[in-house]
Amino acid sequence: MTHSAYILGVAAAIAVVSLVVELLRRRHLRGKYAVLWLGLSLVSLAFAAAPRLLEVLSSAAGVQTPANFLFFVAILTMLAVIMQLSYESGVTEEETRTLAEEVALLRLELERVERAQNDPSHGDEPR
Amino acid sequence: MATPALRRVLVVIPAWNEAASVATVIAEVRAAMAGVDVLVVDDGSWDRTSEVAKAAGAQVARLPYNLGVGGAMRTGFRYARRHGYDVVVQIDADGQHDPTFVPQLLEALTHSDIVIGARFAGVGDYRVTGPRGWAMRVLSRTMSLIVVTRMTDATSGFRAAGPRAIGVFATHYPAEYLGDTVESLVIARRVGLTVGQVPVAMRARSAGRASQGVLSASLYLGRAAAALLLALVRRWPYEEEQL
Repeated sequence: MTHSAYILGVAAAIAVVSLVVELLRRRHLRGKYAVLWLGLSLVSLAFAAAPRLLEVLSSAAGVQTPANFLFFVAILTMLAVIMQLSYESGVTEEETRTLAEEVALLRLELERVERAQNDPSHGDEPR
Repeated sequence: MATPALRRVLVVIPAWNEAASVATVIAEVRAAMAGVDVLVVDDGSWDRTSEVAKAAGAQVARLPYNLGVGGAMRTGFRYARRHGYDVVVQIDADGQHDPTFVPQLLEALTHSDIVIGARFAGVGDYRVTGPRGWAMRVLSRTMSLIVVTRMTDATSGFRAAGPRAIGVFATHYPAEYLGDTVESLVIARRVGLTVGQVPVAMRARSAGRASQGVLSASLYLGRAAAALLLALVRRWPYEEEQL
């Protein structure tokens, strides 16, 4: 590995770590994602700083080319993160749907109460 | 179970930009059943659907944005559960469904939890031919096997639900494609509700025409199959509780 490639790798990893830390400080990342992203960025920093680590791990896993091992792990990790996001967005969608339905019903109830207040003779009964 | 006349009935009309036809539908419902309560669920319309429906004397629940028929109907089921209705009748706002058939649906509810007002069951001259017709028949045959009742029109949005079905649908009523028709029947079946059908005549839609090509029919069948498969493999919280 050339000197400049090494520096590029470490610089990129440091940039990712600082981005995550900054987002954390500004409270833009929620707790569970914060831990996940901090962990991932620190792992990538470790691999960038110590390329030997990747070689040792990939030969231990029986993969001949270290880069392939890295791609394999990275793709699996991304897949997991994307699945997690899909799941979360599904949950959020169901929650906002329920809220929308409740808002509609509350608005109807509110109009009914207002009408009953303005005109006490009728309006308290749904029909 | 009380006789149909003694039960509290709520007619729910899901409406999305139907200002042109919703008042007529409300008037027809009133003419078919004097004094019945009507709830129009405005599914995020940007035309005057809500105003028109209110002026026609219906209760109007206005969703802040478009959820689809499933979301509109679950709103209706929640309203019905909260206000103690025994029966919810769903009627489309486009005038396709003839409210004079509602008493027959209510009558059939005495021996089923859900009654579908179905085309292609001998009444009326509404026909869907060609590839789309075949696709609809394949879907209906499959649904017949699942709900153990002969169904000729599984995707009909003209239906009535009794007290037990209201309890289930107020919590579980899918908002996805075909969720309000096909999947809701699968859910009903899996929690042990019974499904029946009553033959009805339907009118042609006042606006718009269903597409007829082979490609769109295949697409329809594919999406229906996907919705059905999803419905079958999904776990529903109610399943453990049963009824």
